[in-house]
Amino acid sequence: MATGTADTTTGAARAASPTTRRVQASLARRRAAETRFRLLGLAAVIVGLGLVALLFATILTRGLPAFWQATLTLEVFVDPEIVDVPPAPERSAFANQAEYEEAFLGWQTALARTNWGRVLRNALLAYLPPEAADSGRAVEGLIASNERFELRALVQEDPGLIGETIVFQGLADANVDVWVKGNIDRSLPDDRLPLTSDQRAWIELLLEQGVLTQEFASALLFNVDSRSSPASAGLAGAFVGSLFMMLIVIVLSVPIGVAAAIYLEEFAPRNRFTDFIEVNINNLAAVPSIVFGLLGAAVFINWFRLPLSAPLVGGLVLTLMTLPTIIIATRSTLRAIPPSIRQAAIGLGASKVQTVAHHVLPLAIPGILTGAIIGVAQALGETAPLLLIGMSAFVAQIPTSPMDSSTALPVQIYLWQGNELRNFFEARTSAAIIVLLALLLSLNTLAIILRKRFEKRW
Amino acid sequence: MPAHAEPKQPPSSEIETSPAMTDLTKPVVAGDAASAPAAAPHGANRPEPKVTASDVKVFYGSAEALHGIDTEIPAHQVTALIGPSGCGKSTFLRCLNRMNDTIEGARVTGRILMDGEDIYDKSLDVVLLRARVGMVFQKPNPFPKSIFENIAYGPRIHGLAKNKAELEEIVERSLRRAGLWEEAKDRLKEPGTGLSGGQQQRLCIARAIAVSPEVILMDEPCSALDPIATARIEELIDELRQNYTIVIVTHSMQQAARVSQKTCFFHLGDLVEEGDTDMIFTNPRDKRTQDYITGRFG
Repeated sequence: MATGTADTTTGAARAASPTTRRVQASLARRRAAETRFRLLGLAAVIVGLGLVALLFATILTRGLPAFWQATLTLEVFVDPEIVDVPPAPERSAFANQAEYEEAFLGWQTALARTNWGRVLRNALLAYLPPEAADSGRAVEGLIASNERFELRALVQEDPGLIGETIVFQGLADANVDVWVKGNIDRSLPDDRLPLTSDQRAWIELLLEQGVLTQEFASALLFNVDSRSSPASAGLAGAFVGSLFMMLIVIVLSVPIGVAAAIYLEEFAPRNRFTDFIEVNINNLAAVPSIVFGLLGAAVFINWFRLPLSAPLVGGLVLTLMTLPTIIIATRSTLRAIPPSIRQAAIGLGASKVQTVAHHVLPLAIPGILTGAIIGVAQALGETAPLLLIGMSAFVAQIPTSPMDSSTALPVQIYLWQGNELRNFFEARTSAAIIVLLALLLSLNTLAIILRKRFEKRW
Repeated sequence: MPAHAEPKQPPSSEIETSPAMTDLTKPVVAGDAASAPAAAPHGANRPEPKVTASDVKVFYGSAEALHGIDTEIPAHQVTALIGPSGCGKSTFLRCLNRMNDTIEGARVTGRILMDGEDIYDKSLDVVLLRARVGMVFQKPNPFPKSIFENIAYGPRIHGLAKNKAELEEIVERSLRRAGLWEEAKDRLKEPGTGLSGGQQQRLCIARAIAVSPEVILMDEPCSALDPIATARIEELIDELRQNYTIVIVTHSMQQAARVSQKTCFFHLGDLVEEGDTDMIFTNPRDKRTQDYITGRFG
């Protein structure tokens, strides 16, 4: 019987029946449609990739130079005549702690009153023609103003340096950096250039002597933002602020989101109420982020009286924003776990909680992790809601707790983008974007690694 | 084809649906234990029932899937539930360990007594019931864990083993009973999902046995397996009968005939006919039963 059926089918294929002919006629049309569709898809992919490549190329070409910054390596003589301070007080010389602290404070004030700019200027003059001594301000203008405080901090740390000659590496002024990098149009008339002709000549001189070099801009990564000394403006404050917010988001949104998803997916009865909740979670995921900022300002700041600009508030707002993402991702992961696994556990007499904890959740971990990390990464790049809770303020210190004022990486990018010193901060902004993108990419890589690690086949 | 079809008899007879079914009632296993109780005149000296169902109705939402089932599951026998797709046999099977509770909108009425105890009583703990009534599913569903962990899971959650040695003993005993020990003893740490389909199903049976249940429910346990694996499972079912009461849902009438002592024929949510397996297959009383077992529908 089996051989009989086989014979009839091959026979039907050989003779060109009317059906066969019709199918053949439609083949050309189908193939053309298929080719068209495939080409369209390919084109879409190429356009997408091209745009991403363009974005990365622009940001990298603009931002990478900012990681190297014009730096002066000077031999600085810490002149005891200028740094005219008594020796640092010793703890043993005082009867009690209070007296010692008072004396130490007095010593610090004396240090602060010292004209450190002059110390640096003198060091710089050694490399310049003698007539430069007449225009001291212009000479000092070559050095980023923040370096005075760096030098002071150095001496305060080790008072023995007074009277010594030390090798001091300090950032050049922002305008010097821009000039050296060729980002100032050199054909402009003198009065429109930020540097005087003397200064420009000195820069050439310093370059020739190897005093002015391009060094890795550690200031960009380890300094806080600065207005008085743009050259030393860095991302450290924003980075730590973002870090605090990430911690708050992870600590709050992952457990709450996963628990909510497990409850809704595995335990909650299906009724109007849970349907209503589900619809609202999906709606929340679509709410514009700036609305969450308004909510945060109204609830956390005006009602709970939490401090403005604090990473705590930012973290809470971003948690609200991330929750729906995590809930939705977790639920779809849970739904994808084969029901046969649940049945197997329940059939053995495992309780509902045991089934979820022992079997469903371990299988869902890779998906949950991916969802959580994508949610957190999204929160990390969020700017709009943070502007509304005051995180766009200028903060010149690294926050030490989530209650301190702080800014965040994307907000810092926004602030630098609007800085008046355009030609210096353009590169700085792109560099900050590179840092943010690197952070996001490493988070995504982490997601992939964790997923691969926990993934099990069934 | 007829030239080399001789050696394996059961697979080739699978397609056949001749009215002369008498030869199929012979169990595949050449054991006297299998044929002895079945050979007894039907209805007489039946062992006392392990499970008694009276007027069991199941509703999915407002649809009634079972219309009042009255039957008895005899202890230490294999009871086969047969019938066309959608007849309610699996639904009835799932009533016996209250797996229907997990289905949204399912409702069960009537009484099911196990050893005289109402399993739908409010004071009864479902977890305890499911420890007493094990289940093997249609598709082998080992946990994505090691073979050892698969079997150790049940004893562990029920606290059946006091220490590791005892647990290992349970695992070995269960695997031996399921006829998987020889194949699995050297790969206990390997994932259960790495076994072949038939081995996986025996692993699932071993997993069910590990909890020492009194009743084992099997929902078409061989439908995803090839004839050789099927034969091994059937052999196993016959051996297990001595220690457990077994209820099996099957689409293969040959299988029902081979492994069971009692058969219940379901049709459209009704229990049409029940009785000793030889009686059902040789001398069905109801027209629908006859039509079904002779392959006129289903």
